[in-house]
Amino acid sequence: MRPDIHILNGTVLRDRDLAGVIRTAGEIFDAQVMVRATELDLQEAYDPSRNQTNSTALLAQVLKSAPDGPTKRIAVVDVDLFIPVLTFVFGEAQLDGTAAVVSTHRLDNRFYGMPGDAALTVRRLEKEIVHELGHTFGLYHCHQFECVMRSSTYVEEIDMKRVLPCPACSSSIAAYAPAR
Amino acid sequence: MNTRTSILIVDDEKVVRDSLTKWFLEDGYRVGAAENAVEALKQMQAQPWDIILLDIKMPGMDGMELQQRIRELDPQATIIFITAHASVDTAVQALKHGAFDYVTKPVDPDYLSHLISNAVKQRALVAENLKLKEQIAEFPKLDEIIGDSPAIQKVFELIETVAKTDTTVMIRGESGTGKELIARAIHSNSERRFFPIVTINCGAMPEGVLESELFGHEKGSFTGAQYRRKGKLEMADQGTLFLDEVGNIDMKTQMDLLRVIESKQFSRVGGNEVIKVDFRIICATNKDLEKAMSEGTFREDLYYRLNVFSIFVPPLRERKSDIPLLADYFVKKYGRAMAKPIASLSPEALDVVVRYNWPGNVRELENAIERAMVVGQPPAIRPDDLPFRLSEKNNAPQTGSLAAAEKLHIISVLEQNNWNISRSAEILEIDRVTLYNKIHKYGLRKP
Repeated sequence: MRPDIHILNGTVLRDRDLAGVIRTAGEIFDAQVMVRATELDLQEAYDPSRNQTNSTALLAQVLKSAPDGPTKRIAVVDVDLFIPVLTFVFGEAQLDGTAAVVSTHRLDNRFYGMPGDAALTVRRLEKEIVHELGHTFGLYHCHQFECVMRSSTYVEEIDMKRVLPCPACSSSIAAYAPAR
Repeated sequence: MNTRTSILIVDDEKVVRDSLTKWFLEDGYRVGAAENAVEALKQMQAQPWDIILLDIKMPGMDGMELQQRIRELDPQATIIFITAHASVDTAVQALKHGAFDYVTKPVDPDYLSHLISNAVKQRALVAENLKLKEQIAEFPKLDEIIGDSPAIQKVFELIETVAKTDTTVMIRGESGTGKELIARAIHSNSERRFFPIVTINCGAMPEGVLESELFGHEKGSFTGAQYRRKGKLEMADQGTLFLDEVGNIDMKTQMDLLRVIESKQFSRVGGNEVIKVDFRIICATNKDLEKAMSEGTFREDLYYRLNVFSIFVPPLRERKSDIPLLADYFVKKYGRAMAKPIASLSPEALDVVVRYNWPGNVRELENAIERAMVVGQPPAIRPDDLPFRLSEKNNAPQTGSLAAAEKLHIISVLEQNNWNISRSAEILEIDRVTLYNKIHKYGLRKP
């Protein structure tokens, strides 16, 4: 049985802004995708010394609130995420697990001092959601240049890749069986 | 995805270990973690790790000390320091002790990603370099020198003895006996094998040209010297300088060469800069250097400098039992090169080849086989395919006298019958005593 995917929207984006993401993720992962409201406590994960939010702490909250079963849950937030050893992350996921988190904070052109472009932010978000969900489906980073599973450490790299996985990553998704 | 590279994270903070583990797992690396030096060393002993990310400040043994312990266990491991306590001193110390790099927490993900990727590339290059060195070490063994006669076996022994040392070697022997091959075999089996062997044919160059070839020249040092040029001595630095036909060097260059051999330093032609070099000299000659010394055309001091360890390469006629092996080697070599299905010499052709005296030695034999391979037809080389002068020269007397013709004929019959006196005497239709007398008269000796 294919796992469902729940997108926990904790941003100012309206659900209809995520319609494209829902369709894309549904096709790629052959799953039923639905948007749910998030009940994450961002304050709990906030680190005042870095003025950033600990993505691993958020991931733990996503996991704690998860229902039993293989459903994949990805929280979408708009705060600046970090893991302790790195200066920032676009998102984080459980490898071959059920939880992921992604932020629009550094996907928005305004973070880099440029005029905002809502459509571009959503396109980037779409790729990052598929990328982090890919990890929950057991995928590693891919070396194919255009593959959505290629590692991106700066935002232009996200723009360079496509939203779709390469044939090899697609095959892995198709063959995916959730770990027990 | 790189599933073959392994990364060990050593950090006392669990959150750092966990987040880095996750980060590298997503990149497809094999990842391990240790919370202290003791645990890290245990993991190092259990299995090898390619890259080790090491926290400097840890309770107990700190990262700097752990680095030294790791080096003892695995000198090839790539160590990257990662710490929140950055200081120039520790960074310098870490790099001095062979760390690959040094980063401070928190790390920019792009930087970390490139750092690991560069470490992986560097490891691949080091591994490739080692592999190539092994290939070099295996490639030019003594196998290229063909023969199992006692004479050539003695040469093999000498090569093996002298190759491991840094001694100057003088190779003597007739033209075409393979002196350069022996020089290369010595170089290939020496500690200098990963550096070049530079050959200078001293006999092929006029005085001024040889000087410029050896020492190089500065721009404008003579007409036509439009650029500065490195000499062969500089090119041979760390390696071997092979001076072929060393007996042909003019007196002035002999003096310059002697000075370089003694001081291991020189200046380019037209230049003042002193260049220091470190090379081993192997030289070869077919000349009688002792005679040249007595005639005053070869410096005595240079002779003693060069003639430290001498290897005499026997002429082919003195190791006739090697001729079938050599002929077979050249037939196969040119068969492959010409894609011609000729696998051997016919018994008659082999007989002609063995009987011939080969004044041009192995080089002449190789040329003869090459020519025969061009004109010959499968499946085997016939006597007619061999250069005409072989049989003509072999049978023709050196002078017009009857005694010379008789001597050659006796040699020929003796060689055909492997110096079996009874059988040779029977063929010559003389008795054995007469044959012995004639052998004595012409000073013939079994090779």
